Amino acid sequence: MMKSLLPQSQLRRSSVATAARSAAGGDGSAADGGGGGAGAGAKAPASSTFWFLLHALCCLISLFLGFRFSRLLFFLLFSTTALYHSTTSSSSAAVLRATTTTTTTTTTTTTTTNTFTLSFAAANPPPSNPANRTALEAAAAGADKGGTSGNPQSHVVVGRHGIRIRPWPHPDPVEVMRAHQIMERVQEEQRRWYGVKEPRQVLVVTPTYSRAFQALHLTGLLHSLRNVPYPLTWIVVEAGGTTNATASLLARSGLTFVHIPFPDRMPHEWADRHATENRMRIHALRAIRERKMDGVVVFADDSNVHSMELFDEVQKVQWMGAVSVGILAHTGAAEQPRLSEEEKQNMPLPVQGPACNSSGHLAGWHTFNSLPFSGKTATVVGEAAPVLPKGLEWAGFVLNSRMLWKDAEGKPDWVKDLDAVGENGEEIENPLNLLNDPSSVEPLGNCGKKVLLWWLRVEARADSKFPQGWVIEPPLDVVVPAKRTPWPETTTELPSELLEDKQEQDDRRLSRANKSSRPRSTTKRQGKEN
Amino acid sequence: MCYKTKYILSSFPTLVQSPNAVANKNAGSAGDVLEDNPVGRLKVYVYDLPSKYNKKLLKKDPRCLNHMFAAEIFMHRFLLSSAVRTFNPEEADWFYTPVYTTCDLTPAGLPLPFKSPRMMRSAIELIATNWPYWNRSEGADHFFVTPHDFGACFHYQEEKAIGRGILPLLQRATLVQTFGQKNHVCLKDGSITIPPYAPPQKMQAHLIPPDTLRSIFVYFRGLFYDTSNDPEGGYYARGARASVWENFKNNPLFDISTDHPPTYYEDMQRSVFCLCPLGWAPWSPRLVEAVVFGCIPVIIADDIVLPFADAIPWEEIGVFVAEEDVPKLDSILTSIPTDVILRKQRLLANPSMKQAMLFPQPAQAGDAFHQILNGLARKLPHGDNVFLKPGERVLNWTSGPPGDLKPW
Repeated sequence: MMKSLLPQSQLRRSSVATAARSAAGGDGSAADGGGGGAGAGAKAPASSTFWFLLHALCCLISLFLGFRFSRLLFFLLFSTTALYHSTTSSSSAAVLRATTTTTTTTTTTTTTTNTFTLSFAAANPPPSNPANRTALEAAAAGADKGGTSGNPQSHVVVGRHGIRIRPWPHPDPVEVMRAHQIMERVQEEQRRWYGVKEPRQVLVVTPTYSRAFQALHLTGLLHSLRNVPYPLTWIVVEAGGTTNATASLLARSGLTFVHIPFPDRMPHEWADRHATENRMRIHALRAIRERKMDGVVVFADDSNVHSMELFDEVQKVQWMGAVSVGILAHTGAAEQPRLSEEEKQNMPLPVQGPACNSSGHLAGWHTFNSLPFSGKTATVVGEAAPVLPKGLEWAGFVLNSRMLWKDAEGKPDWVKDLDAVGENGEEIENPLNLLNDPSSVEPLGNCGKKVLLWWLRVEARADSKFPQGWVIEPPLDVVVPAKRTPWPETTTELPSELLEDKQEQDDRRLSRANKSSRPRSTTKRQGKEN
Repeated sequence: MCYKTKYILSSFPTLVQSPNAVANKNAGSAGDVLEDNPVGRLKVYVYDLPSKYNKKLLKKDPRCLNHMFAAEIFMHRFLLSSAVRTFNPEEADWFYTPVYTTCDLTPAGLPLPFKSPRMMRSAIELIATNWPYWNRSEGADHFFVTPHDFGACFHYQEEKAIGRGILPLLQRATLVQTFGQKNHVCLKDGSITIPPYAPPQKMQAHLIPPDTLRSIFVYFRGLFYDTSNDPEGGYYARGARASVWENFKNNPLFDISTDHPPTYYEDMQRSVFCLCPLGWAPWSPRLVEAVVFGCIPVIIADDIVLPFADAIPWEEIGVFVAEEDVPKLDSILTSIPTDVILRKQRLLANPSMKQAMLFPQPAQAGDAFHQILNGLARKLPHGDNVFLKPGERVLNWTSGPPGDLKPW
């Protein structure tokens, strides 16, 4: 009975609700915060006629008064100001026998009038605590939380609830700060779990020598190394002895470094330079061995560029590992080699690195194909022609420094002793010569799929002048007096006719814009001084 | 419950990500009960129903295998080949009836529950007439998987579901369902709450390296207002989702929207907290996703009963926020001490927790199937009131709305 008369449908609910919302701010009408209870019908047919009549009476009165009197009446009769505390028995007893659920009360304390609405507490606990609300949402609600501990009924109420919005829904800066601190701590913990367990020291071996591009290369490498999150020692071997310029650059770097002089000077031909660099690296390895330095040896040439992932990856090396190196042969020359279409298609990737078979084991090496460049490579340092690597570059290999020590636990027997290497003056082409069995090299970087660093050789001519340590001493000669602009004096050498024409064009442009004309003589003067 | 800390063996190769043993060392142990092996502790007899109750429905609409109610289908398949299955009903502890009540889908893919009561009733009539085991206990040693919105109330609208109540014939049976809310008509005592089905392979395909730093504070994707069914708001999710939106839409810590990004799973793995608010029903697959991806679930659903609540210590893993406290959600979350957050993440990293939320194909040790069996095993041995005296009848076969009594 109640069920049939009570508004069941959403439509009815919605119309009432919209009416309520519009009315809420204004007059004292009761806003119905929600729809009626649904579900099973009342179970007391005996009193149904009574309720029907009562309901009819209330409807008539409501028509007269202009608001929903019925609900207000029930509310006032059967609950105390239950808005602020919960009462069970009276409301539940008096109202519906419907077993299901309800709508909810609202109070607006912020609007000018007190609007009360009623909930049919369907054998279920009572109306509620008022929630925080804004004037935005007319229907605020509350499912009862605190009330009825002894009551076995659920105190989660089905039906329309209000949407709670706090009065100032803006982020609080203190809380935002705290959230960031939480995230930082979480990230730290993540690094601790999933990052490298015992980070090993990185021993970076760099052969260098004093020349125009040295400061450029070393500065770049220096910044890369400063960003490495592991303890690091930079072993710099300088050809031709140590220089003050290099020493001061290293000292300013903030890194732990070892500056080792190498007696021979760096030659001017690329082939000889490769050989000398190799010897410098072996020299560095001997130094590591003498000082019993512990860590992972990375060969970082000063002109190469390294990614940060390289240093994460090399932490995984057991004894000797290989990574993929991108070979950037700089074809700066004006004549580019004309490649046919098929040559372009078959152009192999400029990568040097390990190649794996399907089970992830080292199967061979991928080297740089220098055929397309045949005959056009640079022989002298600083020549404007592509510089190519010779065979396998050291940069693509990493070692465990214990491999170099005289006696280290667990040193595998496929490693040659360092002293036995290079004794007879033979050239060590690449680190594979340090091994008896090159197949035991570990491929790193997802089996060579990830290119972790790039090899590049860019140099100026050997006789290029540059200020020592890039400090200008003595001061330079004056080329252009300060009073004049630093543009070269060439404009005054232009023929005067050309100059006039130019000024005329300027004038015309100006006059179109400004409708003013300047006397010619002044422009000419300005032109001259320009 | 006492959760000792001990090293959890990780023998779950596929989905559960434990890239190195250290993750397990760091993972706290919560729930040794999760590792119980049900084999040998119970025996289940699977009724052989005609295929119109199961296989034909699936053939008609194979989408039933992918939606969040697919647990009923996978449970059937699991039991058919499980070691706990017995072909001798005399020695069975539990009886399983494979009826796919949630496999009647609309063109859009949503299940219609209108015929489900009749289907269930028809299945029970069948087993009651063809086997003596139903009558001997009136279903008290039978269990049914009812993964729909409100379980065996078989309706998606809460008020109607409450009005119907649980199907009268299932009054004595054990219900394995996803719905759980305290003191609710549709959750009867002794039910086993299970997680909704979430596709394990899809989640595995979207795993990102665990050292990807978590940089999103709170994450949520989904509806805040259901404009088609609840145009004015306040009904859907009891207004809680709308409240989340209105309060936090401009808050930089909250990455919430109604988008459907292709990186949904990846984003969850980059978040510290994932909101799991109620929708039309209190449960959702978000909880499963949050646990699998290591994001702390923030459960906003009053009185919800979470899956396997007797085996998984949800208070220690997730954060519970009352619906009325939603406007203060940011204060609540930022005021959680950091070590509590780290502890929750450690517990979440436990692979057995993640495994317990999943329904992998084929089944693996410790997964949701086994947790269900564990739950059933914990209810053994059957009490005195399970088996009825001969001739005793408890169930009323004619109660319920008249529409339900029609044959199916």
